[in-house]
Amino acid sequence: MKFSVTVTLKKDVLDPQGKVVQQTLQNMGMKTLKELRQGKYFEIEINENDENKAKDKVDEMCKKLLANLIIEDFKVSKLS
Amino acid sequence: MNSSVIVFPGSNCDRDIAAALEKLQFKNKMVWHKDSELPKSDLIVIPGGFSYGDYLRSGAIAAKSNIINEVIKAADRGCLILGVCNGFQILIETGLLEGALLRNKNLKFLSKDVFIKVIKNDNRFCNRYKAEQVIKLNIAHNEGNYFTNPEHLKMLEDKNLIAFKYCNEKGEANENSNPNGSLNNIAGIFNENKNILGMMPHPERMIEKSISSNDDGINLFSSLFN
Repeated sequence: MKFSVTVTLKKDVLDPQGKVVQQTLQNMGMKTLKELRQGKYFEIEINENDENKAKDKVDEMCKKLLANLIIEDFKVSKLS
Repeated sequence: MNSSVIVFPGSNCDRDIAAALEKLQFKNKMVWHKDSELPKSDLIVIPGGFSYGDYLRSGAIAAKSNIINEVIKAADRGCLILGVCNGFQILIETGLLEGALLRNKNLKFLSKDVFIKVIKNDNRFCNRYKAEQVIKLNIAHNEGNYFTNPEHLKMLEDKNLIAFKYCNEKGEANENSNPNGSLNNIAGIFNENKNILGMMPHPERMIEKSISSNDDGINLFSSLFN
């Protein structure tokens, strides 16, 4: 079973890299760009047929290593 | 006193720390991250560098290494723990210290001498300094921008758990004297028992007047004998 995980900085945490990317795109003429936040993306394959169990395992991975919950949020989605 | 310096792949201040400790007559041992036993230690130092190439987040991978389990046990027993720069980032990732170290506000790697203020001297790490003494140490980091939630920040201030603040030569901690955007100019913090200190500036780089602009770092190491 395959999942995707995105980790992004929480709303209140300054994202200087995202700001610079946003400003650059706006300077390039992307006038409709309202806001951009930069994050990290993981694809994770789990040896487990039970979807809930597999998702719990990915959640645990996020909480224990992939995300720092003080500054980051994570989102898990099933890919296949 | 017996000390141990933990070495990770990518540590690069480990020898400097060892030289500082040996100059101060610590009996020091280097400990590889894969080891699962710590030598008898009164002080454990987690040095600066780029452990595991800063993959994922600075310090995140090192914080899950074998030896860190032993460091956590030793910390809980009251052993003195010092984390400098990447060592501070690792201590944060282990949860021994709270908060987070974000990218520097201006997105630049900073390598320069800065003034910092010793906040209090009634602790094991700073008792050879005067309270509010301004010292000059070197910083060299990309992720030193200290961040925490408002409740924890209040606790740090109320319980005097802030060890050092960035300041100017006169000791004024303000936006102009804040190199990396850290909340309240925080450069180093203690845990609640004050046996663990994490700091971004490098005291081990200021112990030899012949090669650095001053020797303001010596008193941090000599304080540990009191």
